[in-house]
Amino acid sequence: MTVCSESGKTIKKCTFKKISQPRQQIILSVGNKVPGGNYARCVACLCCKVSDSELKVEKDGVSDSESKVDSGVPEVPVPADDTPEVLNKALSGLSSRWKNWWVRGILTLAMISFFFFIIYLGPMVLMMIVLCVQIKCFQEIITIGYSVYHSYHLPWFRTLSWYFLLCVNYFFYGETVTDYFFTLVQREEPLRILSKYHRFISFALYLTGFCMFVLSLVKKHYRLQFYMFGWTHVTLLIVVTQSHLIIHNLFEGMIWFIVPISCVICNDIMAYMFGFFFGRTPLIKLSPKKTWEGFIGGFFSTIVFGIMLSYVMAGYRYFVCPVEFNNDSNSFQVDCEPSDLFQLQDYALPSILESITGWTTVRLYPFQIHSIALSSFASIVGPFGGFFASGFKRAFKIKDFANTIPGHGGIMDRFDCQYLMATFVNVYIASFIRGPNPSKVIQQLLALRADQQLHIFNSLKAHLTEKGLLPALEEAAA
Amino acid sequence: MTELRKRGGGGGDPDSTENISDKEADGDDRLGLQGDAEGEGDGDSKADTPDVPLSTADTDNTPQCLNKALEGLPPRWKNYWIRGVLSLAMISGFFLIIYMGPVTLILVVMTVQIKCFQEIITIGYRVYHSYDLPWFRTLSWYFLICVNYFFYGETVADYFGALVQREEPLQFLARYHRFISFALYLAGFCMFVLSLVKKHYRLQFYMFAWTHVTLLIVVTQSHLVIQNLFEGMIWFIVPISIVICNDIMAYLFGFFFGRTPLIKLSPKKTWEGFIGGFFSTVVFGFILAYLLSQFQYFVCPVGFNSETNGFTVECEPSDIFVMQEYTLPAVVQNTLRWKTVNLYPFQIHSIFLSSFASLIGPFGGFFASGFKRAFKIKDFASTIPGHGGIMDRFDCQYLMATFTHVYIASFIRGPNPSKVLQQLLMLQPEQQLSIFHTLHSHLRERGMLPPAAAQAE
Repeated sequence: MTVCSESGKTIKKCTFKKISQPRQQIILSVGNKVPGGNYARCVACLCCKVSDSELKVEKDGVSDSESKVDSGVPEVPVPADDTPEVLNKALSGLSSRWKNWWVRGILTLAMISFFFFIIYLGPMVLMMIVLCVQIKCFQEIITIGYSVYHSYHLPWFRTLSWYFLLCVNYFFYGETVTDYFFTLVQREEPLRILSKYHRFISFALYLTGFCMFVLSLVKKHYRLQFYMFGWTHVTLLIVVTQSHLIIHNLFEGMIWFIVPISCVICNDIMAYMFGFFFGRTPLIKLSPKKTWEGFIGGFFSTIVFGIMLSYVMAGYRYFVCPVEFNNDSNSFQVDCEPSDLFQLQDYALPSILESITGWTTVRLYPFQIHSIALSSFASIVGPFGGFFASGFKRAFKIKDFANTIPGHGGIMDRFDCQYLMATFVNVYIASFIRGPNPSKVIQQLLALRADQQLHIFNSLKAHLTEKGLLPALEEAAA
Repeated sequence: MTELRKRGGGGGDPDSTENISDKEADGDDRLGLQGDAEGEGDGDSKADTPDVPLSTADTDNTPQCLNKALEGLPPRWKNYWIRGVLSLAMISGFFLIIYMGPVTLILVVMTVQIKCFQEIITIGYRVYHSYDLPWFRTLSWYFLICVNYFFYGETVADYFGALVQREEPLQFLARYHRFISFALYLAGFCMFVLSLVKKHYRLQFYMFAWTHVTLLIVVTQSHLVIQNLFEGMIWFIVPISIVICNDIMAYLFGFFFGRTPLIKLSPKKTWEGFIGGFFSTVVFGFILAYLLSQFQYFVCPVGFNSETNGFTVECEPSDIFVMQEYTLPAVVQNTLRWKTVNLYPFQIHSIFLSSFASLIGPFGGFFASGFKRAFKIKDFASTIPGHGGIMDRFDCQYLMATFTHVYIASFIRGPNPSKVLQQLLMLQPEQQLSIFHTLHSHLRERGMLPPAAAQAE
């Protein structure tokens, strides 16, 4: 019988899980590496600092009543402290609380500068980064699923999860490439076939994965396998679809990518500051550190920040123009005539504001009005994404999604509010800003039958003539 | 948490004895299931995966009249008769609703979808003993309504463009449709987050995910079924009939000739049934396609007639429904001594549909079998006596519906012309102008337009 030196509780058995390959990043104990590479220790054993020789190794340890009660806790231990050595040395003098804040602060600045850097590098790099972030988020969530269900040794499952990720990405990227790079696709013969039968090919690939899943069902592990299947699909739904919405937003113009992300980041930081200095009334039981003062302060400061940022960005073509593919130079270009949204207009102020500020009109970009809507969403509804992620972490008793970023947790921790925002921006653009994509419409037009094309041609001609865009034509025998 | 588990455990025991004497005793399955409950590996016996109380799915729902009529026969034959009678009843029901037309079909599809959703959600409740989760029933149904609203709105906006343009409120709803749907969904999402209760976080997340996966499977595919229907009722009838035929034929072949088991997951399936089912389904599909291709009622896309405010199925049948002559390959020529054969091109397509239904369709059935094994239920529900729930009948159909939709989109038709026109009219004027010129030159090249007299470009 082993007794915990700290709490005095009896630890009867340590439920070891023998894993087939050393997957050390999944089960790491606090400050200790996994000994021998083949066994992982459970949290109950670790917290009491029991030495190796005292632990009995059991194969598929039978859980008794005590550990059955505890087994409601999934054994997902706290990620190890990953702070780089250099930072540790520099901050070794400070107490641990301040050290933590300095680490967070430095990493925040590092991430923000990195964000500026990749904006400077251009749309291609941005797309790559979005893809990498997506893959990392997917991996983090799937890893949590593995540790919750102890399903490391399920046959085929890792392969299948990554395969489904590839399939869904192939489908979405294919749709994007077909939509936006239509002329390039028409030129190259293999690309043309791939794009014409794109949906069929994607569906066939997905079906193959589905059949492999069915064939891989093993008698004792049905339920686990279905759980992981469901887990994978929900993760794909959340992570992959929304990263593609981000890329769609990006193609509208980099400002539609930068401003929403910046608003969410600003809201995070401002709500934290306001909460830190003025916070008193708790906001929601789910996240005890959030306060109403932070929430409201964050709301107002995000709106102001959004207005100022859009003012600064709307002046540059680089941000404002849709990303196009130039056939001749085979590269991306951002050069165009800025649309009405990005041209200064005079707005008459309501009389209240007139009397306060003494101005009769104000010059604004219409985009700044839209940015108020975006900022409001980011401050009011965006935090629900954060609460959802907090609830998720509570439900599965994990502190962070992973420990990729020192002081901040995993990539998913940083991006949890962004997902709702990306979907909102995409829906907002589709509903209020732009119509359909012209190249996509042409593509669909050319795929129709000849008589349907003729019919549309005549309708369009009538419509344009009505609007006065076409001079009245002399009709030959139609 | 432990309280909830105890209640489920207590409820399970008296029911399990009922099931052993159930009419469809699957022999191995039943014993296998009981054995699994005790001897499973640690993964499954942990607190995360409680046993499902076997309750409502297995009560005997046979109507009294049938029971009386068949009381003389031994239970095994009685079971076959019940299944047979109900199969005939379902098939006649199918014919009846086809006769009644597209609107009825859409309503029936929607009813089936709601019932399937309810069955799967009920299983989820039982698995997780989450009867008393706050708000959860309301939220599940709310999400179902949201997703249906989104899909139906898209369908209505696409196919009934003329009607929508006429009515002012409909026009507003159609223009901001995505935004409204998203706002409705978000309201549900925020309600979910606000409803998280401290002790039940995990259960609530599980039910949330369960609901979403169910929506993904059931609702999206029922909408694909409806979109297939709009292409022409033949695209709805032929796939469904093929799957039903494959089920019945594979069963019959397996019954008479079955020897080699097919897959451990479903011990009653055999290779003989599989292969026999494949060939007979191909033949059946071929014949059915021939029969249905002759009628405009089945072949024409469902259109909405603005004047009469009703659905019309009248048109000029497209090329695939017009008889064409095919020259037979030499091999077949020697055997049959025919040079050419008159076929509808649709019959060639039906061969592909039948192959899919027989080869890949059963995987949908295996998936559902694995699901039932995983959660230790015998049937999804007991709605249809002798057959189980609606989901039991429709499990193979879902893959088929998606395949048919993708097949149509890739090989048969292009985009929907009214939708393209609608998108055109929403573009900016300069973009419309440039498209107009592109289209003009394209049509001129193809010779569709007479060479025009002097046009100011």
